[in-house]
Amino acid sequence: MESKLRGHAHKYGKNVDTDVIIPGKYCNIVDQAELGKHALEGLDPEFTTRMKAGDIIVADRNFGCGSSREVAPIAIKGSGTSAVIAKSFARIFYRNALNIGLPIFESSEAVDGIDAGDEIEVEPASGLVRNITKGTEYRAAEFPPFMRALIDAGGLVPYVERRLADAN
Amino acid sequence: MGMTLTEKILARHAGVESVEPGRIVNAKVDLVLANELSAAVAIGVMRQIKGADRVFDPERIALVEDHFVPAKDAQSAKLAKLMKDFAIEQKITHFFDVGRGGIEHVVLPEEGLVAPGELIVGGDSHTCTYGAFGAFATGMGSTDIAAAFVLGEVWLKVPASIKIVYNGKLGPMVFAKDVMLRTVGELGIDGATYRAIEYHGSTVDELSITGRITMANMAIEAGAKNGIFHADAKTLAYVTERTNRPFVVDRADPDAVYERVVNIDVGALEPQVACPHTPDNVHPISEVAADKIAVDQVFIGSCTNGYIEDLRVVANILEGKRIASSLRVIVNPGSQKVWMQAAQEGILTTLAAAGCAVNTPGCGACFGGHMGTLGDGERAVSTTNRNYVGRMGSPKAEVYLASPATCAASALTGMITDPRTVAAFAEV
Repeated sequence: MESKLRGHAHKYGKNVDTDVIIPGKYCNIVDQAELGKHALEGLDPEFTTRMKAGDIIVADRNFGCGSSREVAPIAIKGSGTSAVIAKSFARIFYRNALNIGLPIFESSEAVDGIDAGDEIEVEPASGLVRNITKGTEYRAAEFPPFMRALIDAGGLVPYVERRLADAN
Repeated sequence: MGMTLTEKILARHAGVESVEPGRIVNAKVDLVLANELSAAVAIGVMRQIKGADRVFDPERIALVEDHFVPAKDAQSAKLAKLMKDFAIEQKITHFFDVGRGGIEHVVLPEEGLVAPGELIVGGDSHTCTYGAFGAFATGMGSTDIAAAFVLGEVWLKVPASIKIVYNGKLGPMVFAKDVMLRTVGELGIDGATYRAIEYHGSTVDELSITGRITMANMAIEAGAKNGIFHADAKTLAYVTERTNRPFVVDRADPDAVYERVVNIDVGALEPQVACPHTPDNVHPISEVAADKIAVDQVFIGSCTNGYIEDLRVVANILEGKRIASSLRVIVNPGSQKVWMQAAQEGILTTLAAAGCAVNTPGCGACFGGHMGTLGDGERAVSTTNRNYVGRMGSPKAEVYLASPATCAASALTGMITDPRTVAAFAEV
């Protein structure tokens, strides 16, 4: 994972669901870059033209609710978005994001303290969220130890490889 | 300390005496499910895992072609073929192609692949449907499914349970769908996130298996990890008719600990409607019908309400009548077996004669894939489970969720209609 993630904030409300993150009609696409062209299309059709690589999505609670489609976090990653900060995440989206390596952070204070367009920097290892525009700092919720280990191992694929190697 | 039904099943599959909420366990899975969309990504991930040439057990994987079927375009056909080739390569016997399966969550119980006490994970959020049979079942993304294909295990955080107790007798034209819409309305769409819902009470004891399927199916609409019923005589009759493999019937301990208990009295419950654009925007039909909301499309089907019982209700209302000229009605029986049963009972003919388009089973219309996609400015009332912006097609369309009876009544009048006002309804 990058040592620091930096970009401008794009701010959204609560319950940003998977149908607006990547509409069903695109769910037969598997290529990350192609999916990225349609990220958030159902919510903000201008997002992909307005955003720049490294930008950060900031949203209220229950981000990613709805379907189990892994193409939702893949599309966000494919758009060039470097991280998502939300007050909370829906369960399946949370697992999927960690599994595919989309950095996500939970912090109600950070979300409330960030306005659209603010320049944001995040240190993934510590969960430190810095609002450069406003000169404020926030600490995202820590990952539980098991998930921290999964993230540090590089995701679920290396974890499964290690389990297979141990079994042999 | 006693355990909830979900905790019992997770402890047994993790090989430990007991578990408590928040604990992370490695649990053995009895069945791993994927459809052509989730499988396509999962197969790609599995190919990247060094040392993972084979699935853990070809008998414990089910692959169902159902989302973009019959193939919508060349890209969809490619994914369908990818999954079929994988099934052949891995000698997976529970592979269901178009014409031999249907919607995954309708098919698996019909085929005897779901039994009480089992642990099932699937690459589809509505995998929670199997909680209707007293199984722990939850949806996951494709990378998790790839790991389950290979290891036959998943890591799970044990969820705290919410006990919902339903009491009262359902009135005429009030169904399990109405009860569940009311439940999602009360909990909110993240009201049960990271939680298990355990359904209790005399109302659900009286429900048919189909009614319980409808309710377990929509547990995810409150954000839940799983929704689960205790197996009873009805469950055992259904399951033992379809499989002879052994299974364990678990029960929650009398001193099980619930995060909270919610009591819902359904005695006075009206038919319910989830209005745009979230499944928890639920209102009684009397309020919604008063607004005289004209619709362009009525959709009957899905893993929520695509069962023979649902089609019987619809046929009963539409029998000998014509749907309103202002709208179209699309019906997708949930599976090939449901389709055949409906054909034998004359239901398909009744529906077609009333002016409905009857499709082959599939998920397409529900998620805006194909076979019933809404255009800009269109409005639908649907028996499906989600109504987010763009869910059934255009982000400028609106979706109302309701029971098959409410949808059928609306088909006759052209606007969202209280099914209790439809004359000459015979009890079903």
